[in-house]
Amino acid sequence: MTVAELLRQGVVVARIEWRGRARVNAVAFFGVTTLVLFSFAMGPDAVGTSAHAGAFLWLALLLSSVLALSESFRVETDNDALEGLRLLPVDPVSLFLGKAFVNAVLLVGLSAVLLPLAVALYGIEFKEGPLSVIGVAALGSFGIAAPGTVYAAVTARARAREVLLPILLFPLIVPVLLAAVKATALLVMGDPMGQVASWAKLLVAFDLIYWTLGALLFARVVEE
Amino acid sequence: MRRSTTLALGLVGLGLTATAHGLGLLWAPTDGHMGDVQRMMYVHVPWVWASLAAVTVSFVACIGYLWKGAWAWDLWAEASAEVGLVFTGMGLVTGMLWGRPTWGSYWTWDPRLTSYAVMFLLYGGYVALRRFIEDPERRATLAAVVGILAYVDVPVVYMSVRWWRGMHQVQSTPKTVDPDMKLCLRLAAIGMLFLMAYFMRRRAEIGRARLESELAPPPAAAPAGAEA
Repeated sequence: MTVAELLRQGVVVARIEWRGRARVNAVAFFGVTTLVLFSFAMGPDAVGTSAHAGAFLWLALLLSSVLALSESFRVETDNDALEGLRLLPVDPVSLFLGKAFVNAVLLVGLSAVLLPLAVALYGIEFKEGPLSVIGVAALGSFGIAAPGTVYAAVTARARAREVLLPILLFPLIVPVLLAAVKATALLVMGDPMGQVASWAKLLVAFDLIYWTLGALLFARVVEE
Repeated sequence: MRRSTTLALGLVGLGLTATAHGLGLLWAPTDGHMGDVQRMMYVHVPWVWASLAAVTVSFVACIGYLWKGAWAWDLWAEASAEVGLVFTGMGLVTGMLWGRPTWGSYWTWDPRLTSYAVMFLLYGGYVALRRFIEDPERRATLAAVVGILAYVDVPVVYMSVRWWRGMHQVQSTPKTVDPDMKLCLRLAAIGMLFLMAYFMRRRAEIGRARLESELAPPPAAAPAGAEA
């Protein structure tokens, strides 16, 4: 199968996935609630909150991502829809690319909701311009979405999936979380030494590793 | 698996480790900087090395299972991951006991400590996942996928001291270490590897017994009321 064919099938899967975007509303509300809770927990300490805004933002995104990811596979297992999906003449790699891509796009969309809110709540400004923030948000979202999609598929067939998904996913994406938080913090606090690029490179490296491994391993997960 | 081989591995491991620890405590020279505290090295470093070896075995076994699909690979993947988890736990505890007198605190958010703790969590997740899937074939496949992804962290652990300079020292080379210290450390490390092999074989035996009972056909007709 050619790469073009794989990608074409991936687009089809992504379009089917896109129909389930209604779940985003609930997830977005959860993300907003989390962000507000962080500022309540910190109290009215303007210096502290702006220093930790990047961390709060990514934790809110990460916690919301678990909801979005597990939901994206609950709909497949509820009515044995996954069986039907497997009967389609679609390569599992395309299935992975389509699902993971839509999950990544949903996370980017979620960060587009959370970023302005963080600016308002924490009183921060992005000194390096909004484009670089969106870039870091996208790199981080793709880094969460790929392993998240694989693990959502894994835990969908296990008992206690709500507990298992975070305990499997959170430790795995610690490098992504670390790099994304560092890069975001630098963009908020200013980056005189030009360090953001090296964290962005680390994010790109982990994105490549996770998307490659996910594409390789996903077939075995849905076959089972 | 021969029981006598397993027992021999355990006895050799115990003998070597005990000898190395004894020599490390009483015979090896005292470190110039840290004093007697440095003797913790003969305990801490072998645990950590063996834990990394165990998760590497698990990684290979996970690939082997996905590739060949034989049950033996799954048994070894499970056994080595569990042993790796326990050894990582011991590596963390002994490291904290060493960190307190040398760095002044049990824990610092140093890159190596953090990534090693993350490794502990990753394999904890692997072991937890296996508990929540009943179907043996599904459990083996899904656990193998998770085992491969979890191993991504291990190179990060190894390289963390070089990538980000934290408090933890970088790997020593044998050239810069006193020959007597080197001997104790190597003896302890080899002994610990024997112990690791012993624990892994014992765990694989337990896994095999469990797998056989799971794959065995259910008993014909149980007498009424026996379920209660």
